[in-house]
Amino acid sequence: MKQGVDPDDLTRPFWEAANEGRLVIQYCADCDRLQHPPGRTCHACGSGDTLQWRQVSGRGRIYNYGVVHDCPIRLLQEDQPFNAAVVTLEEDPGIQMYSHLPGTPVDEVPVGEAVEVVFEATANGQKVPEWRVAGAQR
Amino acid sequence: MARGGRAAMSTPAPASVYRSGEGLGLWEHRGKVAAVGIGHSPTARRWDGKPANSVGGISLAALRGAIEDSGVDPADVDGLVMDPTTTTGAFWPQGKPLPWDAINAYERTDDPLDGITRLSAEWMLKNMPELTGVQFTRYGMGCMSSAICVAAQAVGDGRTHTCLVLKSWHNLEGRYYQGGANAGNAIPGSSAIRSLWGTPACFGTAVQFAEYCRKYGKSHDMMAPFIENSRNNGLKFPEGYWAQHRPEEITPEDYKAARWIAKPANLFDNDMPIMVSAAYLFTTAERARQLKQKPVYILNHASSRTRPRSLTPTLDEVEEDTARTARKIYEGAGITAADLSFENMYDGFALFHQFHIEGLGYRGIKFGEALDFYQTDISIGGPNPVSPSGGNIGCGRSRFWMHTDCIQQIQRRASSRQVTGVKPEVAVSGGPMPLGGNFTVWSSTPG
Ligand SMILES: [Zn+2]
Repeated sequence: MKQGVDPDDLTRPFWEAANEGRLVIQYCADCDRLQHPPGRTCHACGSGDTLQWRQVSGRGRIYNYGVVHDCPIRLLQEDQPFNAAVVTLEEDPGIQMYSHLPGTPVDEVPVGEAVEVVFEATANGQKVPEWRVAGAQR
Repeated sequence: MARGGRAAMSTPAPASVYRSGEGLGLWEHRGKVAAVGIGHSPTARRWDGKPANSVGGISLAALRGAIEDSGVDPADVDGLVMDPTTTTGAFWPQGKPLPWDAINAYERTDDPLDGITRLSAEWMLKNMPELTGVQFTRYGMGCMSSAICVAAQAVGDGRTHTCLVLKSWHNLEGRYYQGGANAGNAIPGSSAIRSLWGTPACFGTAVQFAEYCRKYGKSHDMMAPFIENSRNNGLKFPEGYWAQHRPEEITPEDYKAARWIAKPANLFDNDMPIMVSAAYLFTTAERARQLKQKPVYILNHASSRTRPRSLTPTLDEVEEDTARTARKIYEGAGITAADLSFENMYDGFALFHQFHIEGLGYRGIKFGEALDFYQTDISIGGPNPVSPSGGNIGCGRSRFWMHTDCIQQIQRRASSRQVTGVKPEVAVSGGPMPLGGNFTVWSSTPG
């Protein structure tokens, strides 16, 4: 099971949206550019005032993956080995999110396939965006 | 002058010291700064609690070794550049009693863990009364690779004429990165965005390597000759951990059978945290020629400050940046890839060494060709030495074997590790990561 999450000032909108079943990503209105992980300022223009949160479709693709056999996080160690994929967003393939790809057998990851966001509870109940291969059984 | 007051409030070198831009031309101090002396502490897997083996204690040994090796009078040393961070991932556990025997064995600063789990310039100078002339101290953060850039620039700029450069590492009991927040039930939202998925330190490199193999049709097994060569070279490095404590070769069969950490990165693609310290003595080219060892001239230092767009660098981002770094390295040194006698780019993790040397175009290799190159003679006896130091894979985690090796090879005192298939004249070393490293070009002549 994933560790729980204590939302902080910077990321609270991301986690609140996840609890409502929505995926939001930080967005600079001046640059018209998404950024993830979130920052205090836009990584492109350096402004802090132009940052907003933008809801995205929750569709993406599997860009890459590894299989974790020796995980530093105690709560995840009983799940070893597990998939750890890099998913990119349909809106902007430069934006990556990690995923355990629930429902995908270990080391049988279809790189390039479409995925859809789902929301999964962590150890303290906070929900977190996860990704499933599109069309796979839930 | 009162000891301890001299180095009060040492600060990190400003970003402007590092040559991270493109198109900067020849380094203004090319060939005017030289490395002469080297000092290494013994290595250990973990601290045994003895004062002399603490990170402060081993740093004293390394610095005194470098002074003696170069033949300078300690009173002539007027600069100290070092990294105040010494952790390999181990921190003093909260609530554990402090090691007062070790703390009180030395002159201490206000911070009792100074000299135990971190290291200030103040601590070093308080405990080296023979260094009566140090008027310049600066921090090069993270690695010897950055400290070298800071020291080379400082000597070139005339801020110090005889400068010690130091990097030290401590390692305590317990498994790497398994304590602290990683053992907890919840973590802060900002770190959760990256950390919730439990990816170990090598994960980013592992997936870059996976992408590399898919793009170029290569396999993890093709890394075996690199690993075997690295350990062989490391076993010829008497200062290294594996040579000192566990003289074990890694055969291709051992490598292919090793357990995965984050597939496609296995145990031997990762380096092992150890306790170790190394120091160099840098001085001006003129002063260097009066000293005991053959000067090794610095032709350039160059840095990458590129950040990935999102969570982890893509292969495109890596290749773009290693090529950019190579342009900076060569331009500032006034050399081309053809001038390199050998290469000593970083290897901890092993699976990114090929990114560094493909970016360099070492021996003309292009992107996607390094693993085929590894199937040829890459030994110290051949015409194309790869990582003659053995690196972190061959010697343990220090991120400085490659620098020591460049200096020793060019001084022709690398003992049984001495390259014999090439003349050791010009070499490059540096790291750590393909994005965000610091690099140095070393030469037997000032240019
Ligand atoms: Zn912006």
